[in-house]
Amino acid sequence: MASTIGSHNNLNAKLVLLGDMGAGKSSLVLRFVKGQFLEFQESTIGAAFFSQTLAVNDATVKFEIWDTAGQERYHSLAPMYYRGAAAAIIVYDITSSDSFTRAKKWVQELQKQGNPNMVMALAGNKADLEEKRKVTADEARIYAEENGLFFMETSAKTAANVNDVFHEIAKRLPRAQPTQNPAGMVLVDRPAEGARAASCCS
Amino acid sequence: MDEEYDVIVLGTGLKECILSGLLSVDGLKVLHMDRNDYYGGESSSLNLIQLWKKFRGSDKPPAHLGSSRDYNVDMVPKFIMANGALVRVLIHTDVTKYLYFKAVDGSFVYNKGKVHKVPATDMEALKSPLMGIFEKRRARKFFIYVQDYNENEPKTHEGMDLTRVTTRELIAKYGLDDNTVDFIGHALALHRDDRYLNEPALDTVKRMKLYAESLARFQGGSPYIYPLYGLGELPQAFARLSAVYGGTYMLNKPECKVEFDEEGKVCGVTSEGETAKCKKVVCDPSYLPNKVRKVGKVARAICIMSHPIPNTNESPSVQVILPQKQLGRRSDMYLFCCSYSHNVAPKGKYIAFVSTEAETDQPEIELKPGLDLLGPVDEIFYDTYDRFEPCNEPSLDNCFISTSYDATTHFESTVSDVLNMYSMITGKVLDLNVDLSAASAAEE
Repeated sequence: MASTIGSHNNLNAKLVLLGDMGAGKSSLVLRFVKGQFLEFQESTIGAAFFSQTLAVNDATVKFEIWDTAGQERYHSLAPMYYRGAAAAIIVYDITSSDSFTRAKKWVQELQKQGNPNMVMALAGNKADLEEKRKVTADEARIYAEENGLFFMETSAKTAANVNDVFHEIAKRLPRAQPTQNPAGMVLVDRPAEGARAASCCS
Repeated sequence: MDEEYDVIVLGTGLKECILSGLLSVDGLKVLHMDRNDYYGGESSSLNLIQLWKKFRGSDKPPAHLGSSRDYNVDMVPKFIMANGALVRVLIHTDVTKYLYFKAVDGSFVYNKGKVHKVPATDMEALKSPLMGIFEKRRARKFFIYVQDYNENEPKTHEGMDLTRVTTRELIAKYGLDDNTVDFIGHALALHRDDRYLNEPALDTVKRMKLYAESLARFQGGSPYIYPLYGLGELPQAFARLSAVYGGTYMLNKPECKVEFDEEGKVCGVTSEGETAKCKKVVCDPSYLPNKVRKVGKVARAICIMSHPIPNTNESPSVQVILPQKQLGRRSDMYLFCCSYSHNVAPKGKYIAFVSTEAETDQPEIELKPGLDLLGPVDEIFYDTYDRFEPCNEPSLDNCFISTSYDATTHFESTVSDVLNMYSMITGKVLDLNVDLSAASAAEE
């Protein structure tokens, strides 16, 4: 399965979220996909798979967004999580130096497990909590530049920069990546025109 | 981990992961641990380095085989019946969205020293060199009977009560010869031995219908589908389901000692000095060796080749069944082959398995008839493993132990074990009446 599949100007791209518990991974996705924010977002239960389509310049990009479902807690993310991912957002909390340290560990993990052409974003979340800031934007920007990521500070609470991160990823995704192998099929319990049935010839 | 759980699941094999997922979806609080640092236990798929570590005691596979990461070699090779129980479970749980599948290209049977395509419909049977011209006509009538048979419509039964009539009697009515019976029983109904002949015919008729309906589903050359990147994806996908519904995952937990109270009921699991309390434990046989007994042994050979299995129309993925009678054995032998087309090997390489229920202690000799069909191989690994089944009384100790994976070619027995365990654990029956006729595959 190629990481981005589609034809002409339609791309499908798997996007994975990484980062420590509490950094705001699910909140970022919920803000992006549903425009919602919950002050006390519970640990991810029941939904950890979203899709959202974005239009950028010449193309539409359909993101399939995978959340960690808590499997990051004891470092038990399965290889399947990284498999075929075209993009990743590594999230940390600007009010926690620990979460930034661990974000760097996730970047290393991704460089080991993920595909080398992956578009990687570093998101310093909770940017609305300026008074509690522990990680400077400069520090994060330098790290990101040295490691081939692009960097933004975000706030799922105020929505600042949230859509921008996803848009920037969509812009950076390689167009018309050659398919390595004819793609497989997804089994669905509805006729083929269902939600996940976006096909290469649609 | 010092919390209390409804269920602690030990081992991340496919059965344990399906159960973990179903129980989490039911709202139970599940802790799932594995002693290994990878998912899948016995049902994982290994890369080359892992394969060499396991069988050669070295982590240096030869460079000419290509990148380790391009290999996903199943430890329990099986294909998935396109209309079978595992597909129902996948659709029921919506786990399908994490997986990509492809049809398996061919289904073949070994008969009188040759490999033949399995005819699955009356039309195919008419073309098959497996039967003479008169036999073909008789077989066609039998296939049409099976195709039309509907359990709920007595007029399709032609006056026979298949819950009483044996398979032998049903087949005798159509006058089929032993050769035809052999491929129907083993290559279509997928029986492993000949006991079915003296059992009620209904089971065999249902199995033949499953084969035919599965074959029709994706218009592939076989009734099977198989996930891209190997079967090791399946336990990972169900583990993700469990996690999405609140299940907690811990890999690389050594020991995992099951603790019992004075009445002999399970009360928790200890690992690395910490004890998690629980009401029930679900595990594979290796976590409770005192509560299982050995019931058999599987012998297999895992081969890396640079060509497809000969005489299978160059199929990049294929199954060949060698019925016991053709080999003078008591149980069937199976060949599997998968390749680049399912992302389990780099381009130009093929992974083939020969497997059977072991009847001797010498897999090299026992597997020879299957190996002879493969032609030259680049690498070969022989392996035997014992099969265990639980011998405890779950109502007394609250331990629910899965049965080891058998040598069958598909997952029907795997899923039936899981469903039985689910009923014992929860007291409920899992309703798998998903609408398979509406189910289809989306090309991504």
